[in-house]
Amino acid sequence: MLNPEAKLNPKLFEHDIEQAPTRNGYGEGLVLAGEANKNVVALCADLTESTRAEAFAKKFPERFFEVGVAEQNMATIAAGLGVTGKIPFISSYATFSPGRNWEQIRTTIAYNDSNVKIAGHHAGISVGPDGATHQATEDIAMMRALPNMKIFVPCDSIEGKKATLAAAHIWGPVYLRFQREKTPVFTTEATPYVPGKAEVFWETKGAKVLIVGCGGLLYNSLLAARELEREKIGTIVLNSHTIKPLDEKKIVELAKKCGAVVTVEEHQIAGGLGGAVAEVLAQHTPVPMEFVGMHDTYGESGQPSELIKKYGMDVKDIKLAVKKVLRRRK
Amino acid sequence: MQEIHEKKIKYLEYIANKLREDVIRMVSHAGSGHIAGPLDMAEIFAAFYFHILNHDPKKPDWPDRDRLVLSNGHICPVQYAALARSGYFQLEELKTLRQLGTRLQGHPHRKVLPGIETTSGPLGSGISQAVGMALAARLDGKKWRTYCLTSDGEHEEGNTWEAIMFAGKNRLNNLTVVVDRNNIQIDGFTENIMPLEPFRRKYESFNWEVVEINGHDFYDIISAVAEAQAVYEKPTVIIAHTIAGKGVSFMERNYLWHSKPFSSGEAEEALKELRTLGGKIRSEHE
Repeated sequence: MLNPEAKLNPKLFEHDIEQAPTRNGYGEGLVLAGEANKNVVALCADLTESTRAEAFAKKFPERFFEVGVAEQNMATIAAGLGVTGKIPFISSYATFSPGRNWEQIRTTIAYNDSNVKIAGHHAGISVGPDGATHQATEDIAMMRALPNMKIFVPCDSIEGKKATLAAAHIWGPVYLRFQREKTPVFTTEATPYVPGKAEVFWETKGAKVLIVGCGGLLYNSLLAARELEREKIGTIVLNSHTIKPLDEKKIVELAKKCGAVVTVEEHQIAGGLGGAVAEVLAQHTPVPMEFVGMHDTYGESGQPSELIKKYGMDVKDIKLAVKKVLRRRK
Repeated sequence: MQEIHEKKIKYLEYIANKLREDVIRMVSHAGSGHIAGPLDMAEIFAAFYFHILNHDPKKPDWPDRDRLVLSNGHICPVQYAALARSGYFQLEELKTLRQLGTRLQGHPHRKVLPGIETTSGPLGSGISQAVGMALAARLDGKKWRTYCLTSDGEHEEGNTWEAIMFAGKNRLNNLTVVVDRNNIQIDGFTENIMPLEPFRRKYESFNWEVVEINGHDFYDIISAVAEAQAVYEKPTVIIAHTIAGKGVSFMERNYLWHSKPFSSGEAEEALKELRTLGGKIRSEHE
């Protein structure tokens, strides 16, 4: 059943649940952060509307900088602002930022410890028809490898807003990951959100499998958990919205309790949430694992729902992974 | 910035010579590091740290200090020497360059050494970081200025021109870039590797004020910076023509000294040449 303490949207399993892209949360959060602190500034590389920086740009034109199609310049200008008392947010598509400007982020933001917030948009294959060039499925891995970097992956637009606000309050480099497509808004303003603290969204008594997810696919994990419960298979669904620092304590505790783990993410298995969870479990409590995500392949053009099905991240794929890991569970 | 006079010039010349000696001792002691660039930038570093910059070595985090961003981080030995000689830390520490546990990393790191405004080494991202600092000063209505010291070779990086374009668009008159035009890079002469000329016209077409100077002449350096401060409409670049490896005859204009280690006796020979100012005076150490 749903964890009542998570205070999720009561309409969660209804067909007319409100839908919004997580990137909307970035736009709303950025304006709130700008209102709360005059040192918040924003930069964009010719994608102001689609990364939702537009509202901030309109409200605070003197604190918004259009850099043109120049992601390396955007990251390094932000690095200079971030060591001079400003809290810069930079936004572009994740394949370009942190894709193209990775070295600049490494040297001038992460190693240099500049107070820059990097918003990677249009992440995952659900970008859809634009195809693999615009579908970032490696960005978490690229950012995870950087010391000093924190990584937040919001599961819906409300959490996107909370994550953006939290990033403004936390000192140091943060990577925020957003998606283009509308996804169900299944959390509420009252849902607990503390960076670094994973939240249980679903728990069946006597659960045998822990599902750890992040981003919009967490909704599919909840749908899978509900169907599995009807089939007498108990699971826990954990919202691991912070990939770094990972809530190791919670993950180890629940993995011990369940005895098997499935990770769910719209990202490469290598180096993403799955990799991060596997690293922790290998050290503390090795249990059988299955990974739902991109298996060492690029995406392609198509409708988001078609792509999620084709690349094995749909509700039925999560259920299959749970059943598979259950067979390996001791 | 104060007016310059003959006595101060003599003092700055003395400092520049000391910086060169420091650089040779440091790189020789470390057994690796870059040499040609640090030697040819000695006058510019002496001018900035001992005359131009509004800074306080005892308060390196003073919010209203001028910012000096070193873009081509590999020439950091001369910056370390200038920082030490202007009072940021003890001269003694210069010996630790590139050694385990040192604050004087092979390429400069902001987090460990006071006086370093940004971590650098990978080329082409200094001007844009200086742009960020200049923007922050403008947003806050502050009068302090941002200077970026960079190299000619770095102008082969796309990021450099992205920053130049942005600064031109935004008329960042509180930003001054100084380019070490020494015409060398690791693989050879810049004009053979990737021609930069017409260099001046490139900057002008990006809406920058351009001043060309002899990078070893203190009057030139200081008056060019004064001119940059007076230009209201746009950012200024000072193209400082320098002689790679300046001060040591067997290194001058030879690109092989970009990052070549010293062989036995070469460092001593170089130091002797500096101490005697090319044989013009008797060395106090002889």
